Amino acid sequence: MTPFDRHTGIAAPLPRANINTDLIAPARFLSRARADGFAEALFADLRGTAGDDAAPFILSEPPFDTASILVAGDNFGCGSSREHAVWALLDYGIRVVIAPSFADIFYNNSIQNGLLPVCLAARDVQRLIADIDASPGLTITADLELQSIQCGSLELTFDIDTYRRDQLLRGLSEIDITLDAVDRIQAFEAKRFDQAPWLIPSQQQ
Amino acid sequence: MPSTLLDKIWRANTVMDREDGATLLYVDRHYVHDATFTAFDKLDAGGYALRRPDLTVGMADHYIATGSSAAIRRPEFDRLVDVLSRNAEKWGFELYSRGSAQQGIVHVSGPELGLTLPGSVIVCGDSHTATHGALGSLAFGIGASEIAHVLATQTIWQRKPKAMRVTIDGQLGHGVTAKDLILTLIGKIGTGGGTGHIIEYAGSAIRSLSMEGRLTVCNMTIEAGARSGMIAPDAVSLSWLDGRRHAPAGADWQRATEIWGQLKSDDDAVFDTEVQIAADEIAPMVTWGTSPEDVIPITGRVPDPAREADPERRKQIEKSLRYMGLTPDLAMSEIRIDRAFIGSCTNGRLEDLRAAAAVAHGRKAQVPTFVTPGSAQVKRDAEAEGLDQVFRAAGFEWTDPGCSMCVAMNGDLVPPGERCASSTNRNFEGRQGQGSRTHLLSPAMAAAAAVSGHLVDARTLEVGQ
Repeated sequence: MTPFDRHTGIAAPLPRANINTDLIAPARFLSRARADGFAEALFADLRGTAGDDAAPFILSEPPFDTASILVAGDNFGCGSSREHAVWALLDYGIRVVIAPSFADIFYNNSIQNGLLPVCLAARDVQRLIADIDASPGLTITADLELQSIQCGSLELTFDIDTYRRDQLLRGLSEIDITLDAVDRIQAFEAKRFDQAPWLIPSQQQ
Repeated sequence: MPSTLLDKIWRANTVMDREDGATLLYVDRHYVHDATFTAFDKLDAGGYALRRPDLTVGMADHYIATGSSAAIRRPEFDRLVDVLSRNAEKWGFELYSRGSAQQGIVHVSGPELGLTLPGSVIVCGDSHTATHGALGSLAFGIGASEIAHVLATQTIWQRKPKAMRVTIDGQLGHGVTAKDLILTLIGKIGTGGGTGHIIEYAGSAIRSLSMEGRLTVCNMTIEAGARSGMIAPDAVSLSWLDGRRHAPAGADWQRATEIWGQLKSDDDAVFDTEVQIAADEIAPMVTWGTSPEDVIPITGRVPDPAREADPERRKQIEKSLRYMGLTPDLAMSEIRIDRAFIGSCTNGRLEDLRAAAAVAHGRKAQVPTFVTPGSAQVKRDAEAEGLDQVFRAAGFEWTDPGCSMCVAMNGDLVPPGERCASSTNRNFEGRQGQGSRTHLLSPAMAAAAAVSGHLVDARTLEVGQ
């Protein structure tokens, strides 16, 4: 996993609530392997010509075509558990998503991949969007160590739990950390399946 | 200290706690499917081994062919089904794939096989894993990195969610189903309403639901933002479970049911959030927009954004209506459809097919209509009752089991611009295929729309048989 400490980039506004993972990475792209990359999957149906919106999609036009930060609406990443949504964002070049709230599965998937999900109060998100609208191309700096978002003269702090922050900062593999405690897992298993042997399907035919 | 059902399962499955408040939970059952391949790649890349093949169960459903005449199959779909078979062989876990008499959608076949047991922690790389909580388990969907973690360690780090109790008392009206109940809840609390929570369902209307209905309710709990839905085990769930292939038997059944009898929230348990719904106020529901929360009774009209006070919400309604090709104030029952789909992990069970067949009986499809059983077992059971004959006589196409047109990643899809009455779970833009327009509704309502050519209140159609 790519560590995350600090990132500065152009922020694109996506002021829409409930942006779901089907929209972020449509199903037809999911059959490819991780190594094949998912950049072109990102918002493919919004970026393409199939959309019914007269206006071009925000990420299709300068200065936002080089954006690396998204500022979005409530409940970002809802719906399907597909981690491809996070991969599509990262492969496209997005490192930070700022929103008033995130869907739980998406939030976890982000942390596992070095994409920083930043939860800010709705009014702060609105303020960032207003600032970007006033001067398109505005950059934002997200500093994970300081837990701060800086945009022009505006400085905001955000919450993230210490463990997840540490995991992102160091780019740690959670599997290795857990396997260090394998004896605890084994002890748990011995007790669990002694009490409830029926939980092992092969013993119930 | 009084405990909720969540507290009890959480405690029993805690391997250890971390200083920051996260808990390492033991996973009793890990379902994997044919879209889980990236996690196996991760396992290989990290040089890890599958820790518990005996607690891992594979099911081919997302990419599997259903034999639908409308399918546009690509070679990689079958290849990904084969990749799952190779991973099952390599790591030695049980697999239900093409040709297996027990293959099906993991959220249909798993419970059906008795692999989903009360009190267990269940995960799967699919957000509709919430389904399994209907049997009194804690079940939730996870992403590829977490899947790899579970494969390698049989555990998962989680922060304890908040507990919401949704109490639905009273009696559902005639022609009102579990699907209408969950759509009503989603409409009430919104797609973000359950974020950070699990939802425990309670109340007389929930207790009166069949096991199939309960699975439907828990299934779509994720559409309300909660990762899990749960219903405490009772006589309905235990008698449904008794005798299933992997359910405990004999003395084990006795012991298990004694333990499972404790699996309920204490009377004085405190929930972080409480929601109440009166069952008799629930009507047959249908969605008009591009989020499951965009839902109204079939007797209603398409909302008019001009009457929406909140400017953001107004913009969203306008956008949804543009995508859906609908005009404000149009009666929902006047919306013409291009096709209908009955199936999915939400509504692909025997009871669902019976309800659809009762409406289809003696009528003719006005649009292409596909009925896809949730599992091979459901298919056999339905055929034994002659439901397939009812559907065929009505001109519906009867296919093999799979996720099919609900997820549209297997060649079964709704063509661009077409409008589909669908017994599935998501009406997102492009969900059933690029440019597809989805109206979510119950299986009976989908069948009623199919034979009418437009959305219609199924209660107004006389039911035969």
